[in-house]
Amino acid sequence: MQLKKLIASLTLVSASLVSIHALASETIKVGVLHSLSGTMAISETTLKDTVLMMVEEQNKKGGLLGKELEAVVVDPASNWPLFAEKARELLTEAEVDVIFGGWTSVSRKSVLPVIEELNGLMFYPVQYEGEESSKNVFYTGASPNQQAIPAVNYLKDDLDVERWVLAGTDYVYPRTTNKILEAYLTSLGVAKEDIMINYTPFGHSDWQSIVSDIKKFGSQGKKTAVVSTINGDANLPFYKELGNQGINSEDIPVVAFSVGEEELSGLDTTPLVGHLAAWNYFQSVETDSNDEFIELWRAFTKNPERVTNDPMEATYIGFKMWVNAVQKAGTTDVDAVEQAMIGQEASNLTGGTALMNKNHHLSKPVLIGEIQDDGQFEVVWETESTVAGDAWSDFLPGSKDLISDWTAPVKCGNYNTQTKVCSGQKF
Amino acid sequence: MKPIITLIYCFLVSLSTGLMANDLANNPTSLNPQTSNELRLALTQVKLKAMPPLLMQIKQLEEQQALPLFKTLLAGRLYYVKADKRLIQMQKKGKERHYFSLETDQPLSELSKNQVKKVKLNNAVRRLLKSTIAELELNHPDPELRQAAIESLLKNLDSKLIAQLEQRRSLETQEKIRELIQVALNLFQLKTNPSPAKQIEAIEKLADRLEIPVKNQLTQVAENSIHPEVKQAAIRALTKIEHATNRYALVDQLFFGLSLGSVLLLASIGLAITFGVMGVINMAHGEMIMLGAYTTYVVQLLMPNHIDYSLWVAIPAAFMVSGLMGVIIERGVIRHLHGRPLETLLATFGISLILQQLVRSVFSPLNRQVFSPSWMTGSLEINPVLSLTLNRLYILAFALIVFFALLTLLRKTSLGLNVRAVSQNRNMAKAMGVKTGWVDAMTFGLGSGIAGIAGVALSQLTNVGPNLGQAYIIDSFMVVVFGGVGNLFGTLVAAFSLGIATKFLEPMTGAVLAAIIVLVFIILFIQKRPKGLFPQKGRAAE
Amino acid sequence: MTFMNTLFGQGRNGLQSRQQAGQKTLPFVAILVISTLLACASNLLLTEDSPLYVSTYTITLLGKYLCYAMLALAVDIIWGYCGILSLGHGAFFALGGYAMGMYLMRQIGDRGVYGDPVLPDFMVFLDWKSLPWFWQGMDQFWFAILMAVVIPGLLAFIFGWLAFRSRVTGVYLSIMTQALTYALLLAFFRNEMGFGGNNGLTDFKEILGFDLQADATRVSLFAITAFLLAVIFIISQYLMNSRMGKVILAIRDGESRARFMGYHTERYKVWLFVYSAIIAGIAGALYVPQVGIINPGEFSPINSIEIVIWVAVGGRGTLIGAIIGALIINYAKTRFTALFPEAWLFALGGLFVLVTLYLPKGLMGLWETLQTKLNKAAPEAEIEPKDEIKTGVSS
Repeated sequence: MQLKKLIASLTLVSASLVSIHALASETIKVGVLHSLSGTMAISETTLKDTVLMMVEEQNKKGGLLGKELEAVVVDPASNWPLFAEKARELLTEAEVDVIFGGWTSVSRKSVLPVIEELNGLMFYPVQYEGEESSKNVFYTGASPNQQAIPAVNYLKDDLDVERWVLAGTDYVYPRTTNKILEAYLTSLGVAKEDIMINYTPFGHSDWQSIVSDIKKFGSQGKKTAVVSTINGDANLPFYKELGNQGINSEDIPVVAFSVGEEELSGLDTTPLVGHLAAWNYFQSVETDSNDEFIELWRAFTKNPERVTNDPMEATYIGFKMWVNAVQKAGTTDVDAVEQAMIGQEASNLTGGTALMNKNHHLSKPVLIGEIQDDGQFEVVWETESTVAGDAWSDFLPGSKDLISDWTAPVKCGNYNTQTKVCSGQKF
Repeated sequence: MKPIITLIYCFLVSLSTGLMANDLANNPTSLNPQTSNELRLALTQVKLKAMPPLLMQIKQLEEQQALPLFKTLLAGRLYYVKADKRLIQMQKKGKERHYFSLETDQPLSELSKNQVKKVKLNNAVRRLLKSTIAELELNHPDPELRQAAIESLLKNLDSKLIAQLEQRRSLETQEKIRELIQVALNLFQLKTNPSPAKQIEAIEKLADRLEIPVKNQLTQVAENSIHPEVKQAAIRALTKIEHATNRYALVDQLFFGLSLGSVLLLASIGLAITFGVMGVINMAHGEMIMLGAYTTYVVQLLMPNHIDYSLWVAIPAAFMVSGLMGVIIERGVIRHLHGRPLETLLATFGISLILQQLVRSVFSPLNRQVFSPSWMTGSLEINPVLSLTLNRLYILAFALIVFFALLTLLRKTSLGLNVRAVSQNRNMAKAMGVKTGWVDAMTFGLGSGIAGIAGVALSQLTNVGPNLGQAYIIDSFMVVVFGGVGNLFGTLVAAFSLGIATKFLEPMTGAVLAAIIVLVFIILFIQKRPKGLFPQKGRAAE
Repeated sequence: MTFMNTLFGQGRNGLQSRQQAGQKTLPFVAILVISTLLACASNLLLTEDSPLYVSTYTITLLGKYLCYAMLALAVDIIWGYCGILSLGHGAFFALGGYAMGMYLMRQIGDRGVYGDPVLPDFMVFLDWKSLPWFWQGMDQFWFAILMAVVIPGLLAFIFGWLAFRSRVTGVYLSIMTQALTYALLLAFFRNEMGFGGNNGLTDFKEILGFDLQADATRVSLFAITAFLLAVIFIISQYLMNSRMGKVILAIRDGESRARFMGYHTERYKVWLFVYSAIIAGIAGALYVPQVGIINPGEFSPINSIEIVIWVAVGGRGTLIGAIIGALIINYAKTRFTALFPEAWLFALGGLFVLVTLYLPKGLMGLWETLQTKLNKAAPEAEIEPKDEIKTGVSS
């Protein structure tokens, strides 16, 4: 079966590559910039398939502006310089009209100069650290105020947490999120000694000492929780060690921002049950549109067990909005579409509608789910209304005065409301 | 339509529970079955935030009788039938769900997945359930459960509980539990008795206890007490506890180090044979470990209902799979590169890439789900501040067993004799009639097979994915080189000393810096003593 | 451990190939210079719709390949000529790259997202109050270039001095170099180090006042890379043909013998190692402005092993072989990862095994064998080495 899949994907990819050189402008080209090999392939291949599915669906509906959509897939191979190179290839060689891509922050940062130079349009579908707003990028994943801050509010209000462990992998997303959370918690009156911050390398597997420290930290009589920005492969050993050292989710709950359905599908979930995750989407939410989406996805991947996750929904929303914006603008011209994107609405898979704000970030609901033993989440809390994504955090000293507004008259990604100066990308 | 009904329902429930609370205040022993049923019904309706008070009401009303309900709910097995809101229990057998009546345990085979719904609960509810169950189980016949119940109650003592505990003490036969109850009474005395003399008396009795609530209470007293002599006593007791805790923390750290060392030992011991004895650099060694871990996964797939025994099957299976792969690699590639170690390095690196991609294509690039048998989860609790996790304890023992078995194999069997002969002087061994080709294949197979066994152990600690081997390859090389190539005993010492060094550095420097420091240390050490800790003697000249 | 002797029991062949390679210096440099000039001219002079137009994308890609070629050259010099297999040359490359990256970062000035005139964005955002000492002076181009050469050189000197003096050889040395690059990888991943952690350095604006995104700058960078590659190639060829080169070969083929003859072999090895590290550093410094990002991933041991593979495939012990190996494999990588992402690792892995088993001297060795067989040289066939892969695999 795997072999068949391999051959199928080979023909697909080669077919799309051959078409790079076809000069026909009869189609609208959608670039897909997700790693298909290397360490990030695990997560990103799913998103590539999601875009391909959306393209197929749109073509079934008669395409866009009377033209067929055509996906152009390239493989940046989890190699950051290659992301820039492949973005350039997509924009100059294949001349795509839009790019869906990226997962890690560094991949986005690598693409950014290229996409700004060549005035491309990119949709980035993964939760990230914020502190960025480019005219050429739409951020459909959550920024820290759409994931971390609501999660902390839940822990504080519903679970009466007073001591905080901020544990993360040592890279920019956890660093920023934890800085924001630290500032936020301090503003709520949490004392310095009630916050413990810890960073570990990628793929850290020996958690004995750290978990033992967390245990000690959590046994001082105050209710303690762990806010985890631990990434990828380091998670399973972490939860296992927690479980084995006798820490369960009632004593010290862990709320994670990088653990979703896809990650859970490869784990023995026993030690994770009862711990939490904050996302904008869970597969388990029962709505008609979600059921439909899951069914579509399973049919597309020909796998009845296949799970969906938050970045997929972000891709879905981004794609829908882009289609609507192109229809509204009547062209795929980047500047026109960019303006038409602002104010676009698309229905969430979990109910309600998402709105594209002036800062190129979405307003979305925030959900908190508990991990179940079948690798799904059970929603235990959700925000009452949608939360607007912040490009610049209100809790960081360097960026609290910055706003992003891509409409006239500001037209700036980082506009300082105090000094009235726009830095960074200029137009 | 539906929300309105719910609203009305909630209203009714709150009304009735409100009434009942009054009722209870007047006549706490009365039990109204009607209300109890209604309360239980309300479980299927209320929001999570309203759950704790509801549960408390049920507890007050039903006492012991609520235990099955609470336990089912805590286990996440409490469901209800959508149609009539009847509470039932769910039990999983493999992937299938079976439903039973809550009261009679009768199977309800007519129910399907779509007709029932789970009663939701969150961590706050779970916490409450646990302490409630503990309270209700004070008189449980199983002494371990009793002890656990009292331990979990130490955190929030009140006079009602104390009365119960005192009652329990008079019945209790177990010395340990009596002591524990005494701790609770002392704690309560310290907390509530206004007399400084009594407080000091309680403090002195508590000074040799390591329970965490004791420490927290003493800290509070030491910080807040208005009586200087009580304060003094609390500080004295705290220092005493601190000393004991630190001693155990040291033991803990040592255990962490030994455990990391055992992982390093397992990962590198196969390499110690292929690299150390044969002089072959096997860059695909990590992938041999990975194959072992995947074998565990496959074994568990084949016997989903016997996870507890799966490892016993997986160990020989992994040995065979990785060992066979090792023999194939040796016969197919390494044999042709004899005496060109750097080329072997490149070729085996190529093999490692192929094997990684192979499992990606066969098993998908996602990590695979390997379960831990129940006997490997949890920890061995020695006292409240020292507990050793079982999986690491077993792996430590396992690593040592594998090591000594291998040592015996090399020293006492004819294969071992041949292996040593070939490694010491190939040509002479050949002249004496040793089939060097066969010995090479067997040695390489043995080293690879042991790597496979290591994979079984690692599958219990970390992710089983295509990159598993990569994570250990550099560490294993470091261990073997540091210990001295060709010396198995050196590998043992190196693995444990590196493990312990890392774990003692970690609290000071953090995990990353500790790893860097250890690496730099090894680099410098090798410059000083190129042949490692225990250099091979004899014909090791260049 | 007698493998050092048996390892390169092909001394005479090596010498032969070296002489032949020497003869090829001129044509090779000529081809390199001419094709570079042609590519540059066609990019700058022709319009986009011209069939001969070379796009800026291609120019940047070629520039990247040439940097890799330079790196392969560096590895070949110590491995092919001196028998020191370094599995950590990516470290020197990355260090050179970081030096250049730091310069480019300082050039951004107040155009960063936070508008800080001195501090790079990632420092503002991690609350650094002032520039750490190792960033001082990096705003000067000459200083950064100096550092791109000195830092790798110094590291190589310290490491080599310690290792070669203690006679750490063969596989031990390889494993130590791997540990070195791995330790640096871990270190550079740390955000506390002040090199931008996992994100590394990116979003560069200009170099020496020239806009990095302008076609002319890109073309110039490419041309400079090609020029420097030619220069380094000629110098290295000269070195290897000199008396020193002969001693180095002698060390490769029998270090003890060379030592007994009175040569301070470790001195030769240390300086050659330093020379090689400096070339790798230069390659890194040229690489960063062209690809636009440097991050700790460049330190990963896998990268370093890949470099060795380029050399092995091209043919070690011949400088041209290293360059050709790097160019071919990277071209193949660009093509095949796009076409068959899943099959690429199979192909690469298979290539390693086949080359080490059947082509110990790589493509250049194969070329020589073919030449002797045909007894006639066909110089222009050299630019079509892809056919050779086919014959190599099928033979």
